[in-house]
Amino acid sequence: MDQPKNKRYGMVIDLDKCTGCGACMVACMAENNIPFRDDDTDKLLSVSWMHVYRLSNGKPFPHAEECFLPRPCQHCEGEHGHSPCVSVCPATATDYDMHTGIVSQIYTRCFGCRYCMAACPYHVRQFNWWDPVWPEGMERALNPDVSVRMRGVVEKCSFCYSRYQTALNRAYLEGRRELSEEEYQTACTQACPAGAIVFGDLNNPAHRVHQIVKPDLAHGGRPRNPKVFRLLERLGTHPKVYYLTRRDWVRRAGDNEIQKT
Amino acid sequence: MFPFSFEWVWDLGHLVFHGALWYALSILGIGLAYCILKAAWQTARGEEEGHGHP
Amino acid sequence: MDSALIPKGVERCPLGRFLVFIAVVGAVLLWGVVAMFLIYIKGLNQTNMNNAYGFALWIWADLAVIALGGGAFFTGLLRYIIGKDELKNIINYAVLIGFVCYSSALLILAIDVGQPLRAWFIFWHANVHSMLTEVAFCLTCYFIVLTIEYVPLMLENRQLQRVTFFRHLAHNMHGIMAVFAATGAFLSFFHQGSLGGVSGVLYGRPFGFRSGIGIWPWTFFLYTWSAAACGPCFTILVTRITEMATRKKLVKDNVIDLLAKIAGWMLLTYITAKIVDTVYWAAVTAPAMGFTLLDFYTNNPGSAYGLWILIAEVGICGVLPALMLVSASVRRNPRLLFLAVLLAVLGACLNRWVMILQMQAVPVLPFEKWFTYLPSWQEIATTILPVAYGIILIAFSYRYLPIFPQEPELNPLPEGGR
Repeated sequence: MDQPKNKRYGMVIDLDKCTGCGACMVACMAENNIPFRDDDTDKLLSVSWMHVYRLSNGKPFPHAEECFLPRPCQHCEGEHGHSPCVSVCPATATDYDMHTGIVSQIYTRCFGCRYCMAACPYHVRQFNWWDPVWPEGMERALNPDVSVRMRGVVEKCSFCYSRYQTALNRAYLEGRRELSEEEYQTACTQACPAGAIVFGDLNNPAHRVHQIVKPDLAHGGRPRNPKVFRLLERLGTHPKVYYLTRRDWVRRAGDNEIQKT
Repeated sequence: MFPFSFEWVWDLGHLVFHGALWYALSILGIGLAYCILKAAWQTARGEEEGHGHP
Repeated sequence: MDSALIPKGVERCPLGRFLVFIAVVGAVLLWGVVAMFLIYIKGLNQTNMNNAYGFALWIWADLAVIALGGGAFFTGLLRYIIGKDELKNIINYAVLIGFVCYSSALLILAIDVGQPLRAWFIFWHANVHSMLTEVAFCLTCYFIVLTIEYVPLMLENRQLQRVTFFRHLAHNMHGIMAVFAATGAFLSFFHQGSLGGVSGVLYGRPFGFRSGIGIWPWTFFLYTWSAAACGPCFTILVTRITEMATRKKLVKDNVIDLLAKIAGWMLLTYITAKIVDTVYWAAVTAPAMGFTLLDFYTNNPGSAYGLWILIAEVGICGVLPALMLVSASVRRNPRLLFLAVLLAVLGACLNRWVMILQMQAVPVLPFEKWFTYLPSWQEIATTILPVAYGIILIAFSYRYLPIFPQEPELNPLPEGGR
C-alpha cells in the first residue's frame, strides 16, 4: 500500500450562517469529556474547547449588527510547524503533527507550567483549575475514547483526535490507508444545525474546506477566497481555522489594523 | 535529557543544548571531586596548613 | 550561650534578642508555608490566576529575584575573572544573596506548577527549543554553583574549622573558585537571557515579542545586561540595609563605590539599549503586527497600565539611577547612593512585571478587552515566604559566619573582648 500523503486538517466556519445557538459547544463538551462545575459563570476559569464569541459592529439601531464567532483551537502551523504554543512547551507535552496538521496535547506529560497559555493569542488553551467531578451517574455517559484530564494540566481542542484514530483504525481493517472526507468529522461540525462548520483536509482539492478556502499553501495557507479570513492573520501564526463572511465589519474584526489618518 | 527518551532527536539543537549542559556539569563535577579528594588526601596524610582564603 | 559559634573578633547581639527576631520573621515564614500547603493540597484554584492570566505574581517574583540575584554572578565575574580584587570584601555577601534569590526562585517555581510531582519532566522530557527548558537547566546548574560558592563560607564557621577535612576542603574550594565563578557566569548569561526570551519569543503576544539575532530575541540580551546592572545594585542595597539593622559599618566605602560605579555604567549602557529597543519595537515590530504603542497603554481599566509605567520604568527607575550612579559625588553621598540603587532595583522589578503581567493584560484579539488580575492572599503569602526565608538565612549566616572580612577592622572590639 502507498504511504498516505500528509494532511492539513482544517475548518471553515460560515459566520453568516452561525446563529450562536451553542450546539457546537455542547457537542464538544460531550464528545471530549470536558469537565464543568456547579457554578461555571466565570468563563476565565471554566474549560470550553469551543467558545462562541459575540461580536457587535458597535452601531446604534437600525444599523446595529451582531455576529457569533465560534473559536476552536486554531491549530496554527506557524513557520514549518513552529506554532506559538508548541515551541515553548518545556516538557514536549504538545506537538505539531506534520502528518495531520493537528496540534496535540499530552495530558499526562503536561506538568502545568502554563507557558503555552501565555503564548496563545486566541486563549484556546485552558487550565484545569479543579479536578473534574461528574454528577452522580454521569461518569457512565463519558466517552470511553477520550481520556479525562486531572487538575493542574492544560487542555485544548484536538479536532476530536479520537475520531481520527477510530476512523483510521477502521480504514486499516478494511485495507485502506486514506480516509474519505466524511469518515473523519469533528463533533462540532456534525452538531451545527445551520451547517456553518465545514471540516476536512486543506491539502485535498476534493474536500469542501479546500474548495471554499482555496488556500495558498506557499504562503502559510492564506485564503485566496476574498470572503474568507483568519483571526490575527498579521501575527504569522497561520491558523487552519478559517472564517467565511460577506460582511466587511466582521472581516475587519478578525485582525488588528492600524487606522490610517 | 538522555538519548533514550523517545522525544530525543539527533539534531543540532539537541547537540548544542545538551553539549553545553553536560560540559558545564562536568566542570562542576570534576572541580568538586578534585576539591573533596584532595582534602581527603591531605587529611589522611595529616597535612596542616593555614585555613581560609589562599 | 552560642559564643563558641560566633566568629572571632566580632560582636553579636544577645542570643535572646536574636531568637525573638527569628521568631517574628519565622511567623511570617509559617504563614507562607501554610499557604504553600494549601496550594499543594487544593491546587492552583487557590490563586487568582485564570485562563487569560496563566503567568502571574509568581513568575514575576521568579524573574525579579533572579535578576536581583544576578549580583552574585556579576560580582564573581569581576572579582575572579576580571580581577577587581577589592570586591573580595563583598563577594561573600553577594554569593549569599544570590543563594537566597536562586533558592527562592526554585521554591516558587515548585509551587507554581500545576502538577508539582511531574516537575522533573522539564529535565527528563526537555524540549530544547523552549526558553523555559533553558531556564530550568541553567537555573538548577547555577544554583549548584552558588551552593559550591556558599559551602566554603559555611565551613569557615569557627567550630567547623576545627575539623581538618573541612579546613582543607574550604581551602581547596577557594583555590579553584575562579573555575566555578567562570562556569557560573556562563550559566548566568544563558538563563538570565532565556528569562528575557520567555516573553520575547511569544510571537502571538505583540507586547512581549521582539525581533533579534538568530534564535535570541533582543530581550535575551537586555535581561542579561539588566541583571548584571541591577544585581550589584541589589547587593549594595541589601548590604546597606544589613548595616542599618546591625548598626555597624560592614564594608568599606571604596568597595561599595567601585561596585556602584561599575553598576552605574552597566545601567547606563543597558538603559540606552533598552530605549533603542523600545523605540524600534514601537516603530517597527509592533506596527507590523497591527499595533501602535498607545494600543498597549490606553483604554485599560483604571489606567493600571498607562504610559506612566513606561516612564517610571525607563526614566525614573532607569535613566535617573544610571546618571546618579556614574556620578562620583552622588556615590559619595550615602543617602543618594541608597536612593539610586533602590530605584535601579525597582526598575528591574518593574521591567519584569511589565513583561509578564502587562504582556497578558493587553488584548490581542480585537474583540477582547483588557484582562485584569489581583493576586490572592495565598499567592502573596507564598511570595513573601522566600523573603522571610532569606532574612532568616542571612541572619544566621551573619551571626555565625565571617561574611564580612572587613567587619573586625571597621568595628574593633573594646579591650577584653572576644
